[in-house]
Amino acid sequence: MDQDNLNYIFIGLSFVLYIGIALKSRASSTKEYYTAGGGVSPLANGMATAADSMSAATFISMAGALALGGYAGSRFLMGWTGGFVLLTILMVPYLRKFGKATVPDFIGDRYYSKLARFVAVLCAVFICMTYIMGQMRGVGVVFSQLFGIQIWQGVIIGALIVFVYAGMGGMKGITYTQVAQYCVMAFAYTIPAFYIAITLTGNFVPQLGFVGEYIADGDPLPFLEKLNNINQELGFSKYTDGSMTMVDMFCITAALMCGTAGLPHVIVRVFTVKNVKAVRKSACWTLAFIAVIYLTAPTIGAFSRVNLISQLNGIEYTETPDWFARFEDSGQMEFADKNSDGIIQYTGPLAYRTSAGELRIAPSEDAKLAALKEDKDAIADPNELSFGADIMVMANPYMSDVPPWAIALLMAGCIAAALSTAAGLLLVLSTSISHDLLKKILKPELTDKEEVAWARVASFVSLVVAAYFGIYPPSAFIAKTVAFAFGLAASSFFPTLLIGIFSKSMSREGAIAGMVSGIGFTLSYIIYFQFLGGDPADHLLGISPEGIGTIGMLINFAVSFTVNAFSPAPPPEVQQMVEEIHIPSGSGQAIDH
Amino acid sequence: MEKPSARSHRIACLKLTLTLLGVWAFVSFGCSILLRSWMDANMPMIGNAKFGFWMAQQGSIICFVALLVIYAVRMQRLDKKHGYGEE
Repeated sequence: MDQDNLNYIFIGLSFVLYIGIALKSRASSTKEYYTAGGGVSPLANGMATAADSMSAATFISMAGALALGGYAGSRFLMGWTGGFVLLTILMVPYLRKFGKATVPDFIGDRYYSKLARFVAVLCAVFICMTYIMGQMRGVGVVFSQLFGIQIWQGVIIGALIVFVYAGMGGMKGITYTQVAQYCVMAFAYTIPAFYIAITLTGNFVPQLGFVGEYIADGDPLPFLEKLNNINQELGFSKYTDGSMTMVDMFCITAALMCGTAGLPHVIVRVFTVKNVKAVRKSACWTLAFIAVIYLTAPTIGAFSRVNLISQLNGIEYTETPDWFARFEDSGQMEFADKNSDGIIQYTGPLAYRTSAGELRIAPSEDAKLAALKEDKDAIADPNELSFGADIMVMANPYMSDVPPWAIALLMAGCIAAALSTAAGLLLVLSTSISHDLLKKILKPELTDKEEVAWARVASFVSLVVAAYFGIYPPSAFIAKTVAFAFGLAASSFFPTLLIGIFSKSMSREGAIAGMVSGIGFTLSYIIYFQFLGGDPADHLLGISPEGIGTIGMLINFAVSFTVNAFSPAPPPEVQQMVEEIHIPSGSGQAIDH
Repeated sequence: MEKPSARSHRIACLKLTLTLLGVWAFVSFGCSILLRSWMDANMPMIGNAKFGFWMAQQGSIICFVALLVIYAVRMQRLDKKHGYGEE
């Protein structure tokens, strides 16, 4: 059967499954899951949370970022899993005890101030908006690949589907639908890796093949050495070295970790289980299920890099494998024949072509500059093949002998990852605008009907904005765009929540000043360097906008404590409240989400 | 209101939290980023991968899962010891 039809069938079947489960669990009434404070079992809740937190950035973009960045791509792996440790140990048990389902609710109560709540809602809107921009790009990439159309068309079709899907409630919060989504995503992601691991390394466990031998052609040699050789031959830095400074790597990883611990939409999940004890168990399961994907991502990245280069580099354009045309049609891979020889040459930043037409690899950046100075007519960037990091996961199975049904399953997984997060975030964003911002702060006289209408308007407007940035993305790939959202969360919510939980003497003045200065600094830095054409040479301490959230976080801490020293202490009942959240019993009933 | 053991529970809990965060920082920022070159040179290879690189791509994630399991088990014991075991 034709691959396209198979894709449609698998995507159709997966949706029948999700909707079937949703209808069934609705019919047997949600009470069954939530009665008597019973909540959902930690295992099921863990799986559902894992599905929640696996967005287009993780599922579609991360492996590609690893393929292009090598070691430097580890920032995403460690950042998004390590953040879960912070979230579980420092935040979740206490927030669960406190009993407030959203971050602005907690901040509003803990800091006994409407203004604090208002600032928190604004931060949440900025964070979600940035996050959705990345998701819309993901939706666009998936639909463009599915229908063989350009990305901008994919984004527009995707946006319409997300709007309808979010209108149906996004199928969020129905725990067992999300359990099914996790299963689809996990199998979809790992099965191609098994097949490719056998072809390339002879070991069916991808993680073992990754540290094993490369056997696909010639004498066996360590797989990672093969990768390093390929990279160096083409003028890239070694795969195991990457090309990122230690300071930048450190800051980005820290921003992603702290951002994860301050992200509003994952925190909501902790209220569907029985008590603090169950929350801790559930968090173990969540991270374990997420780890399945994160431990496979580096292998997919590495395998796809070897395959892509061996199947395209140095090949005559007319002889390229069939799948290349597929990705060319949707504009996601491009061949520009710079020296008109009809052969694809893929090269990295250290390569240049002399005026005589010879391809050379410089030993270092400086050597290349010197060589270019001497040979004025040399081509500085001889690379003829361009492709985005976001396409690697979808292109990967075509490059190896992966059966068509596994490719179709992968497409179903991509759709689930892209749609569910985009729709879920859209819901969070539109309700925080209509409910938290309008109803609770600006216009308390709003009726329920008006509130729903405002939510629609808000979700439409944010979708248009997100779709615009999906077509003209603020950065090279999804994971990077999403990293900005984490930077904003790290610089605003993380310090404020942490201090709010562990210090009873922090006043509202300190918290508000901290949040405003932290997110203000981070947002301006990102906008200056990503949109206003700031020169990367001017980066503060060499930290790129992706990692600036770490500095924003330090600013937040510093400003909070400084302002706190000059402001009145919080009222005694608030101090009492902070005392109580550290006592693990009596956390109240699980609530329906 | 506050049980007499609340304070000792809180201190024990804080100790556990700080210990786990120490390990967390060591495996991620330590082994995988700041001390990576040293780890590559002085620690045993994992298969064909140098130690620091492997920690950055795989090892740290495995450690994170282990940390959460330890946290859940130890906290449950702590709760029981201080009389918060049953709800």
